[in-house]
Amino acid sequence: MSLLEYALIGGILYGIFFSLVGIGLNLVFGVMRIINLAHGQFVMLGGFGAYVLARALHLNPLFGLPLAVLGAMVIGWPLYYAVVPRLQRSRDPEMLSFILFFGVAQIIEALVTLTFGADQRSLPSDALGSGNIVIIGQAFPDSWGVTVLVSAAAIAGLYLYFSRTRLGYATRAVMADRDEARATGIDVDRVSAIAFIIGLALAGIAGVFVPYMLGSVSPGIGDSLTITSFAIIIIGSLGNPLGTVVGGLVFGIGTMLMQTYYSSWSDLVPYALLVIIVLIRPSGLLGKAVRVA
Amino acid sequence: MAVVGALALIAPHLYGNTSLLFTIMTFVVLAEGLNLMYGFTGYLPFGYVGFFGTGAYGTALLVLHTHLPVLLCVAGGGVASAVIALILGPLLRLSGAYFSIANLAASQIIYFVVSNPDLSSITGGPYGLKLQQIYDPPASYAAMAAILLLAIAIAGYFRMSRFGTGLRAMTEDPVSAALAGIDVVRQRLIVWLASALIAGLAGGTYVWNLSVFYPESVFNLQISVFAIVFALFGGVGTVIGPLIGAVILYSFYAVIGVSAPQYFELLYGLLIVLLVLFLPNGLISLLERKRIRVF
Repeated sequence: MSLLEYALIGGILYGIFFSLVGIGLNLVFGVMRIINLAHGQFVMLGGFGAYVLARALHLNPLFGLPLAVLGAMVIGWPLYYAVVPRLQRSRDPEMLSFILFFGVAQIIEALVTLTFGADQRSLPSDALGSGNIVIIGQAFPDSWGVTVLVSAAAIAGLYLYFSRTRLGYATRAVMADRDEARATGIDVDRVSAIAFIIGLALAGIAGVFVPYMLGSVSPGIGDSLTITSFAIIIIGSLGNPLGTVVGGLVFGIGTMLMQTYYSSWSDLVPYALLVIIVLIRPSGLLGKAVRVA
Repeated sequence: MAVVGALALIAPHLYGNTSLLFTIMTFVVLAEGLNLMYGFTGYLPFGYVGFFGTGAYGTALLVLHTHLPVLLCVAGGGVASAVIALILGPLLRLSGAYFSIANLAASQIIYFVVSNPDLSSITGGPYGLKLQQIYDPPASYAAMAAILLLAIAIAGYFRMSRFGTGLRAMTEDPVSAALAGIDVVRQRLIVWLASALIAGLAGGTYVWNLSVFYPESVFNLQISVFAIVFALFGGVGTVIGPLIGAVILYSFYAVIGVSAPQYFELLYGLLIVLLVLFLPNGLISLLERKRIRVF
């Protein structure tokens, strides 16, 4: 049944892309224990950045990738230092950061809506290649292929960062235990800020491809992207980058199967997955125990 | 409490726009209900609107499919919410942020299930429901006022009683509270059910007043957001905090926001950010800093 094969392979491709979407959030949470509810909005910003480049400046949307990294640095550094140290000192950093980033999400969404209007925007469909790639007999648009390549490269890059660079080691130390890392002399704030920026950059990079994978980008997609990212990283265990890949695949295949067979229920998939995982195995598929009240 | 009740009754004579007053009251109830959870257990139900919607649909379905008197149907809506809260009870095992996200996901699931076109024959799907036969603005207004008083009463009880002190202990440090003999899980569950019940009753009364509604209007995340911001702005953990927060901010919204939603969203976002950074305990905390005891 080629329908099933299409759903499965498409699900894998879709899932790898969503792993990229979620991995930034995972990094931010793992390092700072802060839930960035504005994550989806940053992805959306990446998408709009690419849109501006493509439509207004007639550049290939791939130029949106360095733009995303630059944007992450410009926005991330001040945002981190304005907000995080205060939060870490307050009485309930987890909940307050939650609410605060929700506020940030609202601000970003409002600013984008004011600037661009609430309509959906799409990118030129042949900017990333106008043919099809064929995998095991199923045809997918070239843009999906490019997306998956970039996603895989980004995830591999992150893995190399963690395993080969000193900064990566320091980041892993902070992820394991913030205070002990500080005791060993690691500048926790700097490492966290860099991790935050990397997280935002990854979100932006994913955003560049959103119009190709999801059809279009509009200011309102931020919220569902955030929840989907959450579902993915929770399924794959918070703080574990490999887990995000697993989570992404589960989500991708699940969504594709749902869309193929019961399409009117396909919106439910990320939410249902989230609730099920959280009730059955809150530590995720790959994780250790999570703090339970 | 008497003051609020009197205000609620007199207000329609002073200001003609009863539907606005009704909506303000709805949000006060929601803010108070949310405050029950967040202020007294530290858990923030981001998907609070799920209970509101469940109450709405519970009531509506009872009205359409049975011939019970309206008040019973509204009560039924509240019960439906409490049942859903019971089903979602295991979510309380989770810690703070997980709980909030999972709660949000749960309310979205309820929304998608209810509005799914496949189920239109039972729930009306995306096309909504119509309840003309019970349209009765003055009665529903009075009902909402009654629920408001109920919410305030429960909040007051939580604040003043031993049960409430136990709750506060539990919020600060569950382990020590458990050591002191407080049944953390059970108390949290009770608050959760009470909070859901309030939202459900509010939902039922809201659709009684509205009489034609769509899934989007009662499962709208914006409602949750408003309730959270109102409660935060006024001051969680108190009784009059959410009340003041809801009245001030919703009036603000009604004046500006309805006509220019994007600017409003921007302002709201800024407000939330500033609140969290500088005034995490809400307006009431300004009074408390001056050593004025607040109820």
